[in-house]
Amino acid sequence: MWQWFFRLGSPKWFYEMSGKWLPWLFVLMTALLSVGIVWALLYVPQDYQQGDTIRIMYVHVPVASISLACFPLMAVAGIITLVWKMKLADMVAKCAAPIGAWFTAVALATGAIWGQPIWGTWWAWDARLTSMLIQFFLLIGVIALRSAIESTDAAAKACALLSIVGAINVPIIKYSVEWWNTLHQPASNFSMAEDSPMGPEIWVPLVIMIFAVYCFFVISLILSTRNEILERERRSQWVVDLIADERTN
Amino acid sequence: MFDNIQFASVGEFFQMGKYTFHVWSVYGLFAVFLFVNLFKPRMQRRQFIREQRQKALRDKQIAQQSVEQERADALGEGQ
Repeated sequence: MWQWFFRLGSPKWFYEMSGKWLPWLFVLMTALLSVGIVWALLYVPQDYQQGDTIRIMYVHVPVASISLACFPLMAVAGIITLVWKMKLADMVAKCAAPIGAWFTAVALATGAIWGQPIWGTWWAWDARLTSMLIQFFLLIGVIALRSAIESTDAAAKACALLSIVGAINVPIIKYSVEWWNTLHQPASNFSMAEDSPMGPEIWVPLVIMIFAVYCFFVISLILSTRNEILERERRSQWVVDLIADERTN
Repeated sequence: MFDNIQFASVGEFFQMGKYTFHVWSVYGLFAVFLFVNLFKPRMQRRQFIREQRQKALRDKQIAQQSVEQERADALGEGQ
């Protein structure tokens, strides 16, 4: 029963399977992104208060919400590393940290650009913004911790622990807009109901963009995990053969 | 839904109301973000394969040289 789980932990198996998934994910991402961006830029009606800045939401919200997936992912990978010592889990965790830092930084930057005309300020020490900034520093901390420890195994354990602790910040970010009185607005509820404040012409493109950015997150994570696999397994025969067979480019 | 583009002209589209800078800088940043994170791993992979090839070639040359050296030494001892 557990066979699939341990096979999943085999870097070689993951390398081969992910090579098959990548083209499909790439096609899916390109299709979703093209539809989502054209819809957001051309067809979404202007907000009666915010005007055209409503279009910023279609980048900011997907990037910010997917940045929250990073710590839980690293924490789960950390638990797998600590309990089963699965090498692949640590490789994924290592690659997720810089990608998560990028997502968090872009979420903060797009939020600042949106905040300037709407709130009248680039930055405020509001609970949502501050907890996002903490997430950014935690990710930088995980990256620094890994590069500071020479031994791969010791670094894996230390980063796994820090990721598990750091994941506590995620529910704080998520519920910050409800627990504290913040400048940042709470999450909008959208539904199919007729009287819903947010009509489908607003939220359908948002859902498309969220899926598109999810695809992008998965693709970039797979791409860098594959590099990490080659790097760490460079002495095993299958990598040596793969490098010899690769077309010169 | 798709017969109501929100802008009357291309100029108006690029202007984005009062928010030209805000809207376009966000989408520009997003484009850079996508581009960097999709192409950086590809460049790193290429670099890694190039390095490993060079290393393999070097190892082969060193192995060959030591074989030749041993042969020369053996011949020298024989005389």
